[in-house]
Amino acid sequence: MATTDQEVNELIKREYEHGFVTDIESDTFEPGLNEDVIARLSGIKKEPEWMLEWRLKAYRRWLEMDEPDWAHVGYPKIDYNSISYYSAPKRKEDMPQSLDEVDPELLKTYEKLGIPLHEREKLAGVAVDAVFDSVSVATTFKEPLAKAGVIFCSISEAIRDYPELVQKYLGTVVPHGDNFFAGLNSAVFSDGTFVYVPKGVRCPMELSTYFRINAANTGQFERTLIIADEGSYVSYLEGCTAPMRDENQLHAAVVELVALDDAQIKYSTVQNWYPGDEEGKGGIFNFVTKRGAAIGKNSKISWTQVETGSAVTWKYPSCILRGENSVGEFYSVALTNNYQQADTGTKMIHLGKNTSSTIISKGISAGKSSNAYRGLVKFGPGAEGARNFTQCDSLLIGDRCGAHTFPYIESKNKSAIVEHEATTSKVSDEQMFLCRQRGIDPEQAVSMIVNGFCKEVFKELPMEFAVEAGKLLEVSLEGSVG
Amino acid sequence: MLSIKNLHASVEGKEILKGINLEIKAGEVHAIMGPNGSGKSTLSQVLAGNEAFEVTEGEITLNGENLLELETEERAREGIFLAFQYPVEIPGVSNLQFLRTSVNAMRQHKGQDEMNAAEFMKLAKEISKQVDLDPAFLKRGVNEGFSGGEKKRNEIMQALLLQPKLAILDETDSGLDIDALKVVSDGVNALRAEDRAILMVTHYQRLLNHIVPDYVHVLAGGKIIKSGGRELALELEERGYGWLGLKDEETADSSATSSAN
Repeated sequence: MATTDQEVNELIKREYEHGFVTDIESDTFEPGLNEDVIARLSGIKKEPEWMLEWRLKAYRRWLEMDEPDWAHVGYPKIDYNSISYYSAPKRKEDMPQSLDEVDPELLKTYEKLGIPLHEREKLAGVAVDAVFDSVSVATTFKEPLAKAGVIFCSISEAIRDYPELVQKYLGTVVPHGDNFFAGLNSAVFSDGTFVYVPKGVRCPMELSTYFRINAANTGQFERTLIIADEGSYVSYLEGCTAPMRDENQLHAAVVELVALDDAQIKYSTVQNWYPGDEEGKGGIFNFVTKRGAAIGKNSKISWTQVETGSAVTWKYPSCILRGENSVGEFYSVALTNNYQQADTGTKMIHLGKNTSSTIISKGISAGKSSNAYRGLVKFGPGAEGARNFTQCDSLLIGDRCGAHTFPYIESKNKSAIVEHEATTSKVSDEQMFLCRQRGIDPEQAVSMIVNGFCKEVFKELPMEFAVEAGKLLEVSLEGSVG
Repeated sequence: MLSIKNLHASVEGKEILKGINLEIKAGEVHAIMGPNGSGKSTLSQVLAGNEAFEVTEGEITLNGENLLELETEERAREGIFLAFQYPVEIPGVSNLQFLRTSVNAMRQHKGQDEMNAAEFMKLAKEISKQVDLDPAFLKRGVNEGFSGGEKKRNEIMQALLLQPKLAILDETDSGLDIDALKVVSDGVNALRAEDRAILMVTHYQRLLNHIVPDYVHVLAGGKIIKSGGRELALELEERGYGWLGLKDEETADSSATSSAN
């Protein structure tokens, strides 16, 4: 926990630690977006005709849509024709048949990121799908998972190998026309993860996807679809990093979760995209649509997110609580430093009887950053006996940052109960003085105070990642005291 | 050990300390008494390095080392400990984590190995018993929901844990009932050692019945106006601060139930 003075100095000076670039030969599309580009993308992925049609329909719809401007963020206009929509490391076959065939450069990259993919070094108990720019490069533990009947593969494979499942669910939770970025994603998504947990199966290990953006001037548009069949359980975690570049890069993902009767999905995110430098130059635009449909009775969808990266974050992992007694949860830590901007929160849409939801949001702002919580709690006419509890806390470090809370509550059912608590606090001089008087370094004191503030959310993360998340906060807060 | 020469300090432009001179040797216990607003608490905050106060003149040395050049945490690592009058809460951070971080920061400074969680737990449990705190309190948030008495005992527990060279106790007796006062005083007496100095800041003489000081100083208007031995405190008790020509609505009585708050 504690570090020597020298280490502390290094820590303060340390930059974004995942900012390196992998030198690898890639097949990258020329920048620009039109129907031909989409057809080429679909062709490279050897997609069936229906998939291409689906993409084109989304694209045409997208052309008519406007980029949302209601979020509490500001960024230069994105030229969608200056982005490359596909970049993949060169390889002989379209898909790696086994890990031995994966380019050693790529394996090294993931090793450097702390995600060893090789059989002998794999993370114990965690199966990983590694997505590099536009493609999935490897998926570990496929066999033991298959034995349990769990399908865990890239979405590209799923489109080819499990078309019925994909066709049945893709776009049902986040349709084409849902929003501008989801529309764009539907047209150009290049890879992502597919999970299917069959009836009554408790997925024997944690599943995770590690997203890595490497190529310059490309966007990453991944699509994740997780289906938990009746009575099943799955815990899934995603992590993400990108090199340090002066240009902004777009990441517009869509995640869809479907939970049938008595099924549970726990989805955790540790988001550490490159946040830009101290002057606010560069960084990822993280414009993401994540939504879960708890369609079965007694089903449960739980989102936990730790958001420390990205220059601009626009993200509202949501739950549609359709099934009777279904449960939605959202636990969030969003930290912004320097010039980062985050507008994040959730939507809990209560449609079924006795549905319940919990929202715990912890926003931490430091430097000159801006951090907004935006949340909608909605009760439809059929949401008899539904209830929500929302707790929304903001912590300010320094006096040049901003915290905002935009809670929306809509109720069409009189029996619904909603509770909302909100606090804003500062890391006080008294707290800092107490810590320092006990010999604790100021940086460490802030990180300890912030970790304490986030405790309720961290305890929701899978064990291995709770520690990571704590460390990540520490790194993200560097330079915030001064 | 501690030498204060002509110390002037102000807060928000207002001078509070106006030329303090004080010498404290290892093994000694000094009490600083004085009416409300005399600058007692300011003195303890300034010694610990609270940046809200500006030292405008004078010097403070600890074993010859210029304290004014050191940051708060560096002073702490050099052995200055302040038991706070009103310890602040740190929600969500367990006492155990806070204390271990603190102890390890000090150990590291001395070039000692860090204590692991198990070793530390054992030590912390032992010491918490010494100040009559239920070890369960270690799992609670720092000062979170603590009663006034628990907070004070927690402060003394930390002093016992950190074994400072100079322990400054700021109104450690305020708000304590007679039983808690006894526990806290026993803790402070356990701290007394040949190589350690203790500086007690108090409004009331009653604490000095339990922790007998070697020297007593009266602070008023930002200056030490009188110094003496134990008998000075007793005289103050008997005659009040008015005896020294000081205005203070409260007197330095020994009533166990009164409080400085």
